Amino acid sequence: MRRTVPLVDALRSIYPRDRILTRPAELAPYESDALTGFRSRPLAVVLPETQDEVIATVRWCYRKGVPFVARGSGTSLSGGSLPVEDGIVIALNRLNRILRLDPEERIAVVEPGVPNLEVSRAAAPYGLSYAPDPSSQAVCTIGGNVAFNSGGAHCLKYGMTANHVLGIKAVLADGEVVRFGGESLEGVGPDLVGIFVGSEGLFGIALEITLRLVPRPEAYRTVLAAYRSLLEAGEAVARVVASGLLPGAIEIMDRLSLEAAEAAMGAGYPRDAAAVLIVELEGEEPEVESELRQLLEVIRPSGPLEVRLAKDEAERQKIWKGRKGAFSAVGRLSPDYLVQDGVVPRTKLAQALEEIERLSAAYGLRVANVFHAGDGNLHPLILYDGRNPGELERAEALAGEILRMCIRLGGSITGEHGVGVEKRKYLAEMFTETDLAVMRRLRHAMDPRELANRGKVFPPEPVAATVGA
Amino acid sequence: MSPVGELVRPSTATEVQEIVRERRSVLPRGGGTKTALSTPASEVTVLDLSRLSGVLEYDPAEFTFTALAGTPVRAVEEMLEAHGQFLPFDPPFSASGATLGGTVASGLSGPRRYRYGGVRDFVLGVRFVDGTGALVRGGGRVVKNAAGFDFPKLMVGSLGQLGVLVELTFKVFPARRAHATLRVAYAGFEEAVESLVRLGASHFDLEALELHPPGILWVRVGGLAESLEARIARLVAFLGARAEILRGEEERAVWEGAREFAWVPPGTCLVKVPVTPRRLAGLEARLARSGALRRYSVGGTCAWVAWPGELGLLHRMLVELGLAGLCVLGPPGRGKLGEWEGEAFARRVRRALDPHGKFGTG
Repeated sequence: MRRTVPLVDALRSIYPRDRILTRPAELAPYESDALTGFRSRPLAVVLPETQDEVIATVRWCYRKGVPFVARGSGTSLSGGSLPVEDGIVIALNRLNRILRLDPEERIAVVEPGVPNLEVSRAAAPYGLSYAPDPSSQAVCTIGGNVAFNSGGAHCLKYGMTANHVLGIKAVLADGEVVRFGGESLEGVGPDLVGIFVGSEGLFGIALEITLRLVPRPEAYRTVLAAYRSLLEAGEAVARVVASGLLPGAIEIMDRLSLEAAEAAMGAGYPRDAAAVLIVELEGEEPEVESELRQLLEVIRPSGPLEVRLAKDEAERQKIWKGRKGAFSAVGRLSPDYLVQDGVVPRTKLAQALEEIERLSAAYGLRVANVFHAGDGNLHPLILYDGRNPGELERAEALAGEILRMCIRLGGSITGEHGVGVEKRKYLAEMFTETDLAVMRRLRHAMDPRELANRGKVFPPEPVAATVGA
Repeated sequence: MSPVGELVRPSTATEVQEIVRERRSVLPRGGGTKTALSTPASEVTVLDLSRLSGVLEYDPAEFTFTALAGTPVRAVEEMLEAHGQFLPFDPPFSASGATLGGTVASGLSGPRRYRYGGVRDFVLGVRFVDGTGALVRGGGRVVKNAAGFDFPKLMVGSLGQLGVLVELTFKVFPARRAHATLRVAYAGFEEAVESLVRLGASHFDLEALELHPPGILWVRVGGLAESLEARIARLVAFLGARAEILRGEEERAVWEGAREFAWVPPGTCLVKVPVTPRRLAGLEARLARSGALRRYSVGGTCAWVAWPGELGLLHRMLVELGLAGLCVLGPPGRGKLGEWEGEAFARRVRRALDPHGKFGTG
């Protein structure tokens, strides 16, 4: 028996027995998230059904000094919802009500456990949708999206989660319940929603989130162009970006991910291509029709093997199904994989892809590339077999080299997956000790005991937390 | 002890750090176009950032630029225009001399915020001096970045109370090739709001949508020249009302005037009030009685009020309506009006970034 059993027993004042999980078999599904290489067993998992239960739990944690990790569906690719050994997991999936959907004000007020796609489903009858569309949107929750400022294929035009959250009610790590932001697109005073979104759970837990809904576009034109090399596809992106068009999405898949998507889903991508470029235009019918003509003029001289236009919504969905399912499809090619999501300046995309190819060969590990090319957001999937001694370490070293390349090229170590546990040490290479010290100070203003999602974001070896104080 | 009205003009970030460390209380100022926010109300050192000016990096192919915070918005706009690009959130007071830093710190956006997002959606990176004198960087120089806390967004609307901005990175967009504006007159406010809401939920991609009471809607469209006429025709059919169509220089001037608040009478205060379409009627009823000129911008989510009288009256009105206001033009020290949401959270942020209270409490 672990020494902390009496501590967990105390949670019974908040939860009935069946909503506190403590047995190893019950805890197993919560031991890791989509970053499968990392595992950790928490003391207990609690399953709140109301906001009050979450608040009571956070206050209890604060009194007892117990670290907690809030978790949605566990789709984090950076280990953002990895449990803490002597802490508890607050699983928010049952806090999944859409509290209000107001088509006239074009907002939805939701609890954190609502899956991303549910919001768009609920808004669809009014011709509205929730724009951020992570590939895991069918399962990932709004709470997790808020914590990690999730993106998706269409952030090129619409921005990330932070661009679509208007207001938040949250319980901070010391138990205070705060509200900020509101229902208007505009605000006054510092952008508090902006700093909370993407704070990776280090300030507390969002209980109620006011989301902005946008009208669904009247028309789409989805173009798929196949190329002989990844480099050619990368260069085509630069042409499209420079053309002055503002597509909803610009995506690239390389040969390995195409083969995987084809095998898993039969997406119907061209078989002889080394890379495929997907460009989606959206907007008013007459405008996208004109833009399409212009887009095709831009793409033609880039030397594609083949250019296809989705004839109808079914064909469009097929293209996107292959793209959004690419991660799990590539997963089938290999027992394990690591996904990075570093960002490079868009003009350095081709250079970055060449470097990844070189690194892949040097490390003897396959790397598949499926990525948001329009905003320079790479997604190299590093395939490895964790059963082979040393292979995980080699994969991590390769991932690290890719991140350092992103920093060197003037980019970022993460575009949308967050730092989590996985990229902690690289954060210190992107920011100075002073930058990190001020970030820590802000964290301590919300969470003086470092209970909320302890061990994430900041490098394991603490830099002096007292700079300037 | 700083004398009243002390004015310092640092030309490097290091000098800004020294000033913040040495002085008891500082008020950053850019172009001074937002008088209510940049004029000292008490004994403070005014930190004039006009010497911290200039573009540090601009690669048109990258659609981003980095500049010092005291750089005039107009200079940046001219630079971008030469490459067919623009700052889509229409920074206000650009012709009057607003700076990038002042625009971010005041958190103001103009008419095209409706289509493209506000200043918060375009700031990618920031360097600022916090209340301890530390030079801090947040965000980055690429269009997408989730590493570390989002200081760039936090600085939007921070009113100089969280730090002195010294350098900013923005993303920009390709300019629209052609524009046109529809001016549609309705019988009354209610009809105009109804039409505004209907347009907002429609699939029309509008650049800007404004309501000038009692019943005029201004609808701006932009895009490729070849499809513009077809789009206008569809829009007119959708509205089912007689629309006057403006083009060319005349059209541009309408929106330039809106950005510069040319309609605000001299001597009146200018107050920004975030609102939502459904709450417009309540606000309009009260404002119409007060005799204040007003415009409802950004699809009815941002009210601009030219308040002629005592601000206390407007403050009480906003409290009763449960709305917040920010006085932009007017007497110093009276920026915050009505009910501000999020004070408890904001206090914690201030304590972290300005532990010694160098930037005042507003």
